[in-house]
Amino acid sequence: MSHSAANLLRVEQVVKRFGGFRALDGVSFHLDPGEVLGLVGPNGSGKTTCINVISGLYPPDGGAVMFEGRPIGGMPMHMLARRGINRTFQSPKPFLSLTVRENVEIAAAYGHGPGRAAPDLRALLASLELDGLAERAAGDLNSAQQKTLDLARALATAPRLLLVDELAAGLNPAELLRMAERLRALAADGMALLVVEHLMGFIDRVTDRVIVMNAGKEIFEGTLATATRDPEVIRVFLGGAHG
Amino acid sequence: MKLRVGDAVLAAAVVALMAVLPSVYSNELLLFNFVMFLTLSQGLNILYGFTGYLPFGYVGFFGAGAYGFAIAVMNYGAGPLPAMLIAAAAAVILALVLMPLLRLSGAYFAIASLAAAQAVYQVISNPALEQVTKGPYGVSLTGVFAPRLSYYVAVGIMAGTFALVVWLRNSRFGLALQAIREDTVSAGMAGVSVVRFRTVAWLLSALVAGLVGGVFAWHISVFYPDTAFDVGISIFATVFTLFGGATTLTGPLLGVAILYGVYNAIGITVPQYFQLIYGTLIVGLVMFLPNGLVSLLTRRGIRVP
Ligand SMILES: Nc1ncnc2c1ncn2[C@@H]1O[C@H](COP(=O)(O)OP(=O)(O)OP(=O)(O)O)[C@@H](O)[C@H]1O
Ligand SMILES: [Mg+2]
Repeated sequence: MSHSAANLLRVEQVVKRFGGFRALDGVSFHLDPGEVLGLVGPNGSGKTTCINVISGLYPPDGGAVMFEGRPIGGMPMHMLARRGINRTFQSPKPFLSLTVRENVEIAAAYGHGPGRAAPDLRALLASLELDGLAERAAGDLNSAQQKTLDLARALATAPRLLLVDELAAGLNPAELLRMAERLRALAADGMALLVVEHLMGFIDRVTDRVIVMNAGKEIFEGTLATATRDPEVIRVFLGGAHG
Repeated sequence: MKLRVGDAVLAAAVVALMAVLPSVYSNELLLFNFVMFLTLSQGLNILYGFTGYLPFGYVGFFGAGAYGFAIAVMNYGAGPLPAMLIAAAAAVILALVLMPLLRLSGAYFAIASLAAAQAVYQVISNPALEQVTKGPYGVSLTGVFAPRLSYYVAVGIMAGTFALVVWLRNSRFGLALQAIREDTVSAGMAGVSVVRFRTVAWLLSALVAGLVGGVFAWHISVFYPDTAFDVGISIFATVFTLFGGATTLTGPLLGVAILYGVYNAIGITVPQYFQLIYGTLIVGLVMFLPNGLVSLLTRRGIRVP
């Protein structure tokens, strides 16, 4: 494991409490440009909370989040977006009464900071097969399309670090394959990705490395192939709801 | 973004109409009241239509403007134009003081803003402040009465307010405000500085009400705290905006034209019928047309200015 301060993202012993409950209980990992890290674990293990802390929705209650060598814990979301961190949401959160095009326009106008080129929005929508829906209200889209719109909005800010939360749920096999290819292509262009997903086939196809979480703690880090042979991982997954 | 031509044409047409009407219609006070509500409902539209905050206490800014104007004239001998600046400043300062209200949402915000307006009313109408505000006895401004000029200044404020709404409807800033209204978390992640943007909308909305309050004080010269802080003003502005449809320019204009028109036609002579019709209408609208009259068109994909 690398401990160089030059990692794009370093999460160090992060704790997040809700009341007395520790949703994150000393989580540490790092991520470099071009790398895709999978985050897996049973329901309630803290995956979404981890994304929420990194993206600035909640400040951490302990530990540190470092981005490009600087602490970002507790920084407001809009500043993090401008610095190059963006995300999707487990239940999609587009601006429902605005059109698909307006949804991405806002992100491109406000979310991309200095030093990053604004993407071509038309090409972006086309690449995500949203171009035919550009003038429709986001509220008219189905749930899978809204998730894709969340992704389009995140990409419109040209992020350096992209956090995706269960993007694959609800996609058909052909769509899953295309989505996996898209995420790989983003990484090939130098973006760092943190991918939370329950579908192991998708994780296998997309990630370089995985972290397995249970009850707010990291119980494994390595390749998915090794994870599936790890006795504690097996115990957690057989005991939990997912396999 | 491209300017939607309809917006500018509609705004200019209403301004031109209200500017010309005094030369063909003699009830200038009625015309002034129309200008006042056309402006106040768009001012409320800036806040409600673009950020989703519904201020029941909107009249507080109007009253602050009216008293700002009156105090500048009575106590400092200010001319009407400097007094208008004081009116604007009074409303904006009140909005700055009330900024913590923006941490509330929905009904809590609506009611807290109403309570704040009532608190300001209590201070202004307090007999102990008679030296400054004339307390409950009301103000009577001498030396500034100029009904024609103040009418045209009111039309100018209306024009400025329409321009502001047209800008919001056609600018990225307005789009960002709507994003905040839809989802604050997503707006933040899209890079929108939620707190700062919504503060700007709040201050602009207050500024409009303050200017209208100031020009109202100037136009009528004699008024009481009960007039300047009449919650009915908030209710009218709110109902006109909701009836026509917020976030559009057309909606609040239609709301004023129809509802305030009906009010003046029958409400003053037979208020009991008016209140019945009005009440029924509001219930029906909230249940069947929550996005106002214009949604009859927008629902069918027709663009409305
Ligand atoms: N805002 C919150 N307030 C209180 N508890 C919370 C909050 N957010 C998350 N939790 C709790 O923290 C724990 C971790 O939740 P989290 O959403 O991070 O899990 P997850 O791993 O994403 O699960 P899933 O796979 O079901 O999405 C859960 O027990 C959850 O109930
Ligand atoms: Mg989750």
